Amino acid sequence: MSEPILSTKLYVGIWATLICLTVITASVAFVDLGPFNTVVALVIATLKALLVVLFFMHVKYASEKLTKMVIIATLFWLLILLFLSLADYGTRAMTRT
Amino acid sequence: MASTAIPVEREHYLNTDYGIRSWLFTTDHKRIALLYLVTITVFFFIGGFFALLIRLELLTPAGDLVLADTYNKLFTMHGQVMIFFFLIPSIPAVLGNFLVPMMVGAKDLAFPRINLLSWYLLVAAGIVMLHTIITGGVDSGWTFYTPFSTAFSNTKVIEAGLAIFIAGFSSILTGLNFVVTIHRMRAPGLTWSRLPLFIWAHYATSIIQLLGTPVLAITLLLVVFERAFHLGIFDPTRGGDPLLFQHLFWFYSHPAVYIMILPAMGVVAEIIPCFSRKRIFGYSAVAMSSIAIAVFGFLVWAHHMFVAGISLYSAMIFSILSYLVAVPSAIKVFNWTATMYKGSIHFDTPMLYAMGFIGLFTMGGLTGLFLAALGIDVHVTDTYFVIAHFHYIMVGGAVMGYLGGLHFWWPKISGRLYPEWLGKFAALTVFLGFNLTFFPQFILGYLGMPRRYWEYPPEFQVLNVLSTAGSTILAVGYVLPMIYFLWSMRYGKIADANPWGAAGLEWKTASPPPTDNFREIPEVSWEAYNYDEIPAPAEVPVGR
Amino acid sequence: MADSSLAVEHQEGLDHQFVDREQQRNAASLGMWVFLGTEVMFFGGMFCAYLIYRYWYYNEFAAGSRSLDIVLGTTNTAVLICSSLTVALGVRAAQMGKRRLLLLLLLATLVFGLGFLVIKGVEWHDKYVEHHIPGPSFNAEELIRKNPELHIDPAPTQIYFSLYFAMTGLHALHMVVGVGIFCFLTYYAWKGRYTPEYHTPVEIGGLYWHFVDIIWIYLFPLLYLIDRKR
Repeated sequence: MSEPILSTKLYVGIWATLICLTVITASVAFVDLGPFNTVVALVIATLKALLVVLFFMHVKYASEKLTKMVIIATLFWLLILLFLSLADYGTRAMTRT
Repeated sequence: MASTAIPVEREHYLNTDYGIRSWLFTTDHKRIALLYLVTITVFFFIGGFFALLIRLELLTPAGDLVLADTYNKLFTMHGQVMIFFFLIPSIPAVLGNFLVPMMVGAKDLAFPRINLLSWYLLVAAGIVMLHTIITGGVDSGWTFYTPFSTAFSNTKVIEAGLAIFIAGFSSILTGLNFVVTIHRMRAPGLTWSRLPLFIWAHYATSIIQLLGTPVLAITLLLVVFERAFHLGIFDPTRGGDPLLFQHLFWFYSHPAVYIMILPAMGVVAEIIPCFSRKRIFGYSAVAMSSIAIAVFGFLVWAHHMFVAGISLYSAMIFSILSYLVAVPSAIKVFNWTATMYKGSIHFDTPMLYAMGFIGLFTMGGLTGLFLAALGIDVHVTDTYFVIAHFHYIMVGGAVMGYLGGLHFWWPKISGRLYPEWLGKFAALTVFLGFNLTFFPQFILGYLGMPRRYWEYPPEFQVLNVLSTAGSTILAVGYVLPMIYFLWSMRYGKIADANPWGAAGLEWKTASPPPTDNFREIPEVSWEAYNYDEIPAPAEVPVGR
Repeated sequence: MADSSLAVEHQEGLDHQFVDREQQRNAASLGMWVFLGTEVMFFGGMFCAYLIYRYWYYNEFAAGSRSLDIVLGTTNTAVLICSSLTVALGVRAAQMGKRRLLLLLLLATLVFGLGFLVIKGVEWHDKYVEHHIPGPSFNAEELIRKNPELHIDPAPTQIYFSLYFAMTGLHALHMVVGVGIFCFLTYYAWKGRYTPEYHTPVEIGGLYWHFVDIIWIYLFPLLYLIDRKR
């Protein structure tokens, strides 16, 4: 398994996209979208993170699935932590009298 | 090398080099395992000393042996030392370190220097912990519950927290080494379905260590920040939620129980087929149940918080999820029992420990179901029922597995046999002493004796005396193996490569193994536990 | 089998427990990915606390977020993204064996990394001047005065700043570790240790750097952009 050598052009393109997304997310924050401000901010952050993981960290070109499995397993565990904690916090108001 | 005419002793990992430097700077996983063995034995006896003081205090209803504050410190430090400095590293860091590379047919773990680093981290953490103990101790309980630990306790919470934080790093690095070794270093032909169940158990354990420990690390760090720098994340006076601490704490500390018990299950899965002379029943079910325990273990943590004020709906969810863990645990117990069925059973010392494990773990597990049930848990929360339950798992389960494994692989580790009759005697002493210590505590708890008090009403005294008496027997059972293991290193009968007639790559190399484990990397073309192809040893090896 | 493995001549940077370079490289890469998994859970504990408290104390979080300097925050995000580019190009230079280019890019990464820490330091100093560091000297009056429409409870504003300092502080600590790693890489790149055949340290050091960048990519919107519209 040898790492592919990507072109400088691709890396610079990803970099430019990341910078654009940063500017966009900072500007959109000043526009009132109601609850969607948070959604947009997180979607853009996830997009940026994906670009870094897939291209800068070469996951898109990894020849085996193990790296992807590690990432997915980690995110799954993070979601367990967040969701099951929220199972408590989200329903407390229902049981308090 | 062979130029000398005098017949020299065969070179192995113990005699390649002598001197303190050859041990302190070694990167050989086998030597590091022995370093761990010495370290955790020290902590085991420190923790055991606290346990005996606790039991002595509880011999009489009045709080007369130690002060109430001292008692608080005793049970806190007993818990912290035993859990973080003995049980968590016990089987993985000693037996796992020694055996994982050999069982996968590798020369060493993937990262030998990181392996050594993780031992140094445990030692550093241990020194901080000892310093805490000597200079005043901690009284927060091993659970560090806020706001007591952050705002009210005037003992060394910061120091103890940092000690456990560092010990956590050690645990993470061990898990990381195992995962990478199991994925990347397997010998040719050794597919996942041919791996010993010990390896599967350690793989599952490593998953928990890797994904759980960091959450404990950040939680303790936030407690330290709150005490040291006035951050206010769990502080109720600033709107913080102490329950959030409990959520984060138990997210690690419940699965931590499986860090202790899964490797013990791996040990038992090696011992039972060997002394029943049969292939393990339901190999893939046992393997998968280890992974299932690792996953389900993360879904149940809030059953420690049923009476703490979490919402009723989430309590119901966590109660149901807690029952899930019983499924893979039961699968294991049934499969071990089925393995013994119609087997040719030899009651050697390791087998006695393994059978003790099955019985005690089953009792601990079943009482765990009582505690998972919302209604009963409200009744017995924070009583001696809980204490008895988790000691059946951690001591009856994990420590029995650890001692069983130590006896099983001692010929491989030391190249010597221990005296078999003493081994059997110690195994029975441990079993009897353990039950006498902890079974009365089930009854005490059910009658309503709360945990963490230094005195109690006189009507509880009979059961407490039984428990204290049992603890002294248990102590004898734990000291004996240490004595005869040390004795056997010099005087024990020389063991051959495979004294038990066991399957597994570690038995195919010499005892003790050479530094590189194998003369040549083996190629595996057989399934695990092929006992139908291995002859039983002509006579059961009996040490002098 | 044994003969052939004995016959392999000693390879630069190949440890004895591995059969060949590929196995070593795969082990190192998996090791780093697994370690990054533990790091996700480490920060995950704080993200969990953040999520719950933001849900409970939205207004206080909004006021705290508005008090941060968005220009410095955005600049710092851009600085980190630039550093990630130089790291990615550095790995490429190492793959192709261009020593001078690798050195240059590693140094550029160090400059960006230190620049980030300097800007972060300026922001922390601002918080110190504004009495926004949690503890006895914390003062929420300015937040209340500037955000009358939010009806802020002064106590939980400290939770926002506690999380702010815990999260950015531990992120900065990771940056410091990253700078240390890259000093090490720069030294060995200067000595010419890395070749197209052996450059694993550059690769896995790069993975760590990108990961620290990703944490910041999430911290930026979560801490700076909670409620900027007025």
